[in-house]
Amino acid sequence: MTRARCRALAGVAVGIVLLAACSKASPNALEPKGPDARSIADVAWLMFAMATAVYVVVAGFIIVGALRGAKASRISDNAFIWVGGLFAPIAILAILAVVTVKTTDSLRTPDPNPLKIEATGFQYWWAVEYPDEKVTTANEIRVPAGRPVEIGLHSKDVIHSFWVPELAGKVDMVPGQRNVIRFTADKPGEYRGQCAEFCGLQHAKMAFLVVAEEPGDYERWVIRQQRPRSGPSSEREAAGEQVFMRSSCAGCHAVRGTEAQGTLGPDLSDFGSRRTIGAVAVPNTRGHLAGWIENSQSIKPGNLMPPVQLEPDELLNLIEYLEGLS
Amino acid sequence: MTVTEERPPTPEEEHEAIEILWEEAPGTPGFFASVDHKRIGMRYIYTAFIFFFIAGIQALLLRAQLTSPDSQVMGPQTYNQMFTMHGTTMIFLFNTPVLAGFGNYLLPLQLGTRDMAFPRLNAFSYWVFILAAIFMYSSYLVGRPPAGGWFAYVPLTNREYSPGVNMDFWGLGVTFVGISTTVGAVNFIVTIFKMRAPGMTLNRMPIFVWSILAMAVMVIFAVPALTVGTVLLEADRLFGTQFYDPSGGGNPLLYQHLFWFWGHPEVYILFVPAAGMVATVIPVFARRRLAGYKWVAASLVAISFISFGVWVHHMFATGLPALAMSFFSAASLIIAIPSGILFFCLIATIWRGEVEWTVPFLFALGWFLIFLLGGITGVMVSVMPFDWQAHDSYFIVAHFHYVLNGAVVFPIFGALYYWLPKMTGRMLDEKLGKVSFWIMFVGFNLAFFPMHVLGLLGMPRRIYTYSSGLGWDTLNIVITAGSFMFGLGTLLTLINFLNSKFRGQPAGGNPWNADGLEWSTPTSPPPECNFESIPVAAGRHPLWDSEKLEEAESGTDEATKSMGPSGALNRQTPILSGLQSGPEETMEIPEPTYTPFVLALGIAVIFLGLLIQAALVGVLGLVVAAIGITTWLWRTESDLQ
Amino acid sequence: MTTVEEASRATENEIAEAPRSKPGRSTAWWGMAVLIMTEGTIFASLLSSYFFLQAASKEWPLGGIEAPELSKISLMTIVLLGSSAPMFWAEHGIRKGQVWRLKAGLIMVILMGTSFFAFLSLYEYPELTFGMRDNAYASIFYMTTSLHGAHVVIGLLMLGVVLIKTFQGKFTAERHVTVEVVGMYWHFVDAVWIFVFSSLYLSAHLK
Ligand code: HEA
Ligand code: HEA
Ligand code: HEC
Ligand code: CUA
Ligand SMILES: [Cu+2]
Repeated sequence: MTRARCRALAGVAVGIVLLAACSKASPNALEPKGPDARSIADVAWLMFAMATAVYVVVAGFIIVGALRGAKASRISDNAFIWVGGLFAPIAILAILAVVTVKTTDSLRTPDPNPLKIEATGFQYWWAVEYPDEKVTTANEIRVPAGRPVEIGLHSKDVIHSFWVPELAGKVDMVPGQRNVIRFTADKPGEYRGQCAEFCGLQHAKMAFLVVAEEPGDYERWVIRQQRPRSGPSSEREAAGEQVFMRSSCAGCHAVRGTEAQGTLGPDLSDFGSRRTIGAVAVPNTRGHLAGWIENSQSIKPGNLMPPVQLEPDELLNLIEYLEGLS
Repeated sequence: MTVTEERPPTPEEEHEAIEILWEEAPGTPGFFASVDHKRIGMRYIYTAFIFFFIAGIQALLLRAQLTSPDSQVMGPQTYNQMFTMHGTTMIFLFNTPVLAGFGNYLLPLQLGTRDMAFPRLNAFSYWVFILAAIFMYSSYLVGRPPAGGWFAYVPLTNREYSPGVNMDFWGLGVTFVGISTTVGAVNFIVTIFKMRAPGMTLNRMPIFVWSILAMAVMVIFAVPALTVGTVLLEADRLFGTQFYDPSGGGNPLLYQHLFWFWGHPEVYILFVPAAGMVATVIPVFARRRLAGYKWVAASLVAISFISFGVWVHHMFATGLPALAMSFFSAASLIIAIPSGILFFCLIATIWRGEVEWTVPFLFALGWFLIFLLGGITGVMVSVMPFDWQAHDSYFIVAHFHYVLNGAVVFPIFGALYYWLPKMTGRMLDEKLGKVSFWIMFVGFNLAFFPMHVLGLLGMPRRIYTYSSGLGWDTLNIVITAGSFMFGLGTLLTLINFLNSKFRGQPAGGNPWNADGLEWSTPTSPPPECNFESIPVAAGRHPLWDSEKLEEAESGTDEATKSMGPSGALNRQTPILSGLQSGPEETMEIPEPTYTPFVLALGIAVIFLGLLIQAALVGVLGLVVAAIGITTWLWRTESDLQ
Repeated sequence: MTTVEEASRATENEIAEAPRSKPGRSTAWWGMAVLIMTEGTIFASLLSSYFFLQAASKEWPLGGIEAPELSKISLMTIVLLGSSAPMFWAEHGIRKGQVWRLKAGLIMVILMGTSFFAFLSLYEYPELTFGMRDNAYASIFYMTTSLHGAHVVIGLLMLGVVLIKTFQGKFTAERHVTVEVVGMYWHFVDAVWIFVFSSLYLSAHLK
């Protein structure tokens, strides 16, 4: 096999991966948006290069070997076995072993003064708590860009896994155990995360967003969440609040500063400013919200929120109220 | 004058007498009573292939659902059940048993003996397999297939999160089928150590036999962990124990350790015999002796040893201490070394050989090109930081289809083309075989290569749907197209097989001019007794080593009396002294009997009782099983003594 | 035509070092040996699970359960382990053709084994202050001991069959593979108890 052909083949293989890596919208592990995912991506690229080389060389031997016929050869059987089977792999694996240890070390080393968050997996949604700030939210994790984040991972039911490909590798959420994941988002932006451990019917729609903001914006958000609620700002909202408290909602959901303190469903204190409904099942629009409240099962079949029967005007007021929460 | 008393029988008469003696009862009774390893082997292979096509259709349905975003082919419930049953079926009801089938059929022939060491146990392990398979699939009959994924992690599979009988079909079924695998392995090991032809020392054993040995040893030490894992799971589910429940001091990770302590060796339990098949086929069609025979045997054994030290690489994301995990990371890397040796021995064999481009060789070549990639991605995911991204994404789905579907299924197809002529007596069509291979090969890569990319683009596995706009749409279409293409390729082989049954060229004794003892029988399929005279193995490639295969003669003592045709006449076969290769004793091959079936049936009823939680049914099962065991033990006198 | 002797001679040269012609073990012996390996692994998995659960718990035994009492079970342990002695004695006997030793030995073994099992099921279990559903410690305790108990029962049943066959006069100095194989199984049941006992009883008292 000529050098040029090797290059061409390697080029094609890498090209395919690159092509895929170019699709902008994906939560792409190879387009890292933070140092942790970046060091993994570096490892990945190093390995892709090595893998391509190994593949081309070894496959080359197979194909050439099969085509060349029973000619004499200067390469003895033993040379193949010792060099190809022993020396070369050992050399390559040694490199990989060093890479493994070094990268693992740097990824597992705690950052100084990280932002501490506790996240808990529930069947098909995520509870998020900022213990130092005393803020609770769900399905959306706001972080200041540039600051290291350390998230304690828990589960209240089955095993879930916390994965934001652009920011870090995944770590499982195991009941009865607290795991930790660390990452830093370089720039403001929205990074899609998804549950990676099969957790039941709606494992597919158990996603979340990491929203990285300018530190100032983040601070303002925190302060807004810490302020006591200033009550409904309109009559309809007030009516909506009534509906919320009277019907089953309050039994499962919490709204800061009200009597609603349920924990079976996501905390709704800042629901109005959330981008999505149902752990990134649908965008947070009026229509979707109405549909969600009437029958979330048609949007996310098998999720644990039951359909709620409401009069049309009750529903409108309720939506008004929910949209006002922020 | 014409009264010839006590005339020694002529060879023809003897031949006829042997045929009559070994012939089995026709029809249903004969079917349930047979203990002949060839029959059992074929049954294993046919049954397993039925499950291959069932699980294949399930896979195609999964693909149909995933072709486009937000598609409505099936809902989450059906999808989850479908991939659970697809994975479970492929692993437990296709791959493991089909390899056991080849092992069963080929081992006595390759070793040069007349049956397995425990023929009745052999029948028993088949009956357990098929009954366990029916047990698991009856979940579809009652509309409650399991949906916990093929490794059924707790707590999702506990009673609390998986109410209903669905998971019990899985937990009990897997425990049940493990019995079959285990007794099968016992049989293989003893057969290999005790039933070789004279002259066949360990270092002359065919490579396929080595691979079955390595596989069986892994089974012996790995399956118990799975059994304990699923028994504790079922105890939690059925009897309310707390092994895996953190609120009662249990630990969900315990299940994962138990499962993968079996699960990792299991994938080599599948891979190693498949590699043994490749290493058998390559020399035959490279027309050259296997280079580095000892290296190959040693690397198969090494793989089976190391496989017990890597299970935690399936748990890199569970938050174990980094130091402990690094150990498993390193151990996983090390497995690439014996694999590399295996690889380069075969490359060396081909290098100076004169390749004959038959279909079996093509499939072996496919194995090379696919397993190479699957192995390399395996090495990549054993690098822990990378696995934190790849784990539970489609990158893993890609890795394991490259190895399971590529490095195991391709050799099995090659093995069909290679050995079916011996088994059925008819050749498969080469042209159709080549078409089938190329469609499979291209379809395979179309189907599974893009999955690597998808995984890195953030697509997790086991999701029944996804929304568009994540950059996953195009690749999924390609994958589905490739899957159907691959399926079509397998269908062509099925057609080829059916066609050969009726119109295939007669195979003769040794159509490939191959080297192994299984090809030394004059006819295909081999005579019922395999060998009227036990062959003598004078080298590693008996049929290539000398012009004419030597055959042993009956001696007069206990050790050698069954070597010649008189042994076949008495349903006897010689036994070796363990590691050496001299004959030592004579074994009586048991007559056809129903006891294995009765015992298996009894066990099935016990499991049924557990499933429906009816003590009475369980007791009934115990009674039936007891009857089976007692009659078995009662008639064991002859072959035990 | 090469005779068998010639072929095996050729072989012998290759493996000249290997010890020769001590009569090998029967297939049944091999089968039992492999079965024991697999069974041993089952116990190893269970005991590993025990220590795994212990390592993951803050207290052990869990939930204020007292570590199991030692004195009586130690005595019974001696009885069970001791039962291997008459088994050896009986096996040696039949090898020399002394059927009476086989009979006497088997009866001893069965008596000792039965008393062990009777103690466990009639005395030890009812005395326990916890049930298998209480917590993970209780569950693994019951699972391990009852699995061992089941092995004792199976062993006793097989010994019973052997005893019947002995009285039928089926065993001689040359023909007694069944005795050998069942004996192996019984030694295994005894040996495994050493591990079960040390893990479940002794180690729980080490603090
Ligand atoms: C037949 C089955 C089979 C085989 C042979 C393998 C082979 C290997 N596998 Fe794979 N594996 C599976 C089946 C298999 N695997 C399955 C089913 C799963 C997923 C289960 C699930 O989650 O559902 C899995 C998952 C899996 C994981 C867990 C991933 C995760 O869930 O996050 C890991 C991690 O280390 C891994 C590693 C390896 C390695 C290192 C090898 C090695 O043995 C590969 C060695 C071979 C080679 C490397 C090629 C030949 C070598 C050379 C030519 C020498 C030169 C090469 C180099 C130096 C690189 N496998
Ligand atoms: C030996 C093992 C084996 C084999 C051979 C296969 C074969 C295939 N597998 Fe499977 N697979 C697994 C083992 C295997 N798989 C395992 C263990 C899992 C994990 C399960 C889990 O997560 O719990 C899995 C999971 C899995 C998934 C992931 C599901 C998910 O995570 O959501 C997918 C998705 O594409 C898939 C696809 C396929 C396809 C397309 C094939 C193809 O090769 C199938 C080919 C098709 C056939 C053989 C059918 C024959 C054709 C016909 C009957 C007619 C068709 C008609 C026409 C084409 C005209 N498999
Ligand atoms: C039995 C418990 C329960 C009741 C009653 C209930 N919910 Fe929910 N709710 C949930 C759960 C669980 C979820 C998370 C579903 C998911 O995403 O899987 C949820 C999700 C939501 C969400 C989406 C939150 C987000 O950030 O994605 C909204 C909005 C919501 N509920 C509003 C309501 C309203 C309004 C009512 C009353 C009319 C109500 N819920 C009644 C359990 C409940
Ligand atoms: Cu939560 Cu998957
Ligand atoms: Cu593995």
